[in-house]
Amino acid sequence: MQVNGCLEGVDSMFKDLFRTKPKYVTVRPQAVSIKQDSSAGLWEKCPNCENLIYKKGLEQSFYVCEKCDFHFRIDVWERLRQIVDEGTFEELHTDLVSDNPLGFPGYPEKLAQAREKTGLDEGLIAGRAVIQGNPCMLAIADFDFMAGSMGSVVGERVTRTFEVAMEQELAAVVFSAGGGGARMQEGVLSLMQMAKTSQAVERHHQEGLLYLSVLTNPTLGGVYASFASLGDFLLAEPGALIGFAGPRIVEEATRQKLPNGFQSAEFALEHGMIDKIVHRKDLRQVIGRILHMHRKGLVPSA
Amino acid sequence: MRNGLFEWEKPLYELELRIEELQKFTADKDMDLSREIATLEKKAEYLRREIYQNLTAWQQVLLARHPKRPTTLDYVELIFDDFLELHGDRYYRDDPAIVGGLATFEGLPVTVIGPQKGRDTKENIRRNFGLPHPEGYRKALRLMKQAEKFQRPIVCLIDVVGAYPGIEAEERGQGVAIAQSIRHMSFLRTPIVCIITGEGGSGGALAIGIGDRILMLEHAWYSVISPEMCAQILWKDSSKAPEAAEALKLTAKDLLSMNAIDEIVPEPLGGAHKNHQEAAANVKAALRQALASILPIPLDILVEERLERFRQLGQWQEKAVAASEARK
Repeated sequence: MQVNGCLEGVDSMFKDLFRTKPKYVTVRPQAVSIKQDSSAGLWEKCPNCENLIYKKGLEQSFYVCEKCDFHFRIDVWERLRQIVDEGTFEELHTDLVSDNPLGFPGYPEKLAQAREKTGLDEGLIAGRAVIQGNPCMLAIADFDFMAGSMGSVVGERVTRTFEVAMEQELAAVVFSAGGGGARMQEGVLSLMQMAKTSQAVERHHQEGLLYLSVLTNPTLGGVYASFASLGDFLLAEPGALIGFAGPRIVEEATRQKLPNGFQSAEFALEHGMIDKIVHRKDLRQVIGRILHMHRKGLVPSA
Repeated sequence: MRNGLFEWEKPLYELELRIEELQKFTADKDMDLSREIATLEKKAEYLRREIYQNLTAWQQVLLARHPKRPTTLDYVELIFDDFLELHGDRYYRDDPAIVGGLATFEGLPVTVIGPQKGRDTKENIRRNFGLPHPEGYRKALRLMKQAEKFQRPIVCLIDVVGAYPGIEAEERGQGVAIAQSIRHMSFLRTPIVCIITGEGGSGGALAIGIGDRILMLEHAWYSVISPEMCAQILWKDSSKAPEAAEALKLTAKDLLSMNAIDEIVPEPLGGAHKNHQEAAANVKAALRQALASILPIPLDILVEERLERFRQLGQWQEKAVAASEARK
């Protein structure tokens, strides 16, 4: 089973290698997610190429447009379905509930709306999982929950992901989608989550353990400028928006026209900011393969 | 603001003018107006306290941005001896928006680092209004690692609106530079004192803000986002920045109550710009005390305590979750 998964990974990596020109698809964070846009119909329009896609087919194609490779935004449960060995995910740290430490106006309402919209209690779920036979600690952010922003609870869950990974000598895999960066409504406490999570990453790193960070659309601000960019491996989905200041802020601050594909995963790859862009259909194999290669005690076969 | 005066200071300013006039009158005309003057001075004193001790969050933000507020290099000059500026990140270029180098603090060699705003338009343009590029943070980290090697304490003077949101800054990895700086600064085996002297703008400030003692000037602000940007994002209206400033809880008092800083350094009445010498003397005294309290701590413990401090930051509620209830 292990070898099989491994070979599939190699196969897809080679395919990538011989792919001709990279396709530049810039995905803006406001690009509608699949859930919001689902009118009662059986068809879904691709927000990038406007191709009409049969919804049932979309599920089989990993929520990727077959015509233009646009990666639809997916929720954490779909992500789990695509990445994790069936039935292996065990959610942890569910006892943490966001507070309103600053008494920020409208925050409790925003939280309630986000919970309603996503069915999640916070913008990131964390737990133990097995990916292609490799046990690991896994955290997945959901952009639809307050733009995937990091407040105290998200920061604490990320931190504990690394702490439990250290205790159990496991690799950590984190899917970030923190378009909202550090969450404004928790003020400086959100900012401090950047420090807390980065420190947890470093402690895990000092134990010689693997951290694989997957940047999904969009990863920006304080999320990108802390744990998300500190992985041993930085993978990204095609077209994902990746950067510190979002494109609109850069445009306003500089009054310059942004280069084509600015802050897309392809742009980040070209500028040396990530290791690899991985198509969603290959993500499980590639992650599984990297995890496998970092298992302790591997020896050359005689 | 006119002549470096804020609108809310005007009544006081007018009163001070009147006192001055009367004093002049007394001298010129040889008339005794001391009783009138004393009354007015009493009133001025009352007004002064009334105005400066009840500043709103937004007024504090404006004070922290006063064009005559001491900059990093002003403090360096007034607090340290023989500052030797060092340049460059060794990868790309020297970022004039962050200065750093060797200095002596009361006989003790230290490394001093801080964002530098311009003191006039020309300098502001050269220093990109004190908005650092990634190479600024990489220079800062290089100097911090140098300090660690030679067991020199590090002093970070923080006054920055934020990391520069530019095209090239993004191309060269602004986010990564900040993340790496936070990561490595956290584990440096040398004492670190951070002092937020003016603006503490988000990740651009935190990148050089991981310390064993974190001090903040009375009228400085430190926040996850600037009030203008917060208002723009939340209410699509940057003119609501005063409301955002209030909501963000960004004043020194707020931060102290959240344990995000250790101590508030008092400013001269009306703000640091009113008297650079006095402001610097207060910073110097606070720095002396902070260093004295951390220098004797063994490095292993120092780093552990530094990490533990940040580990504790955050606030949430805990709900009871039965093991069987936890989603599988």
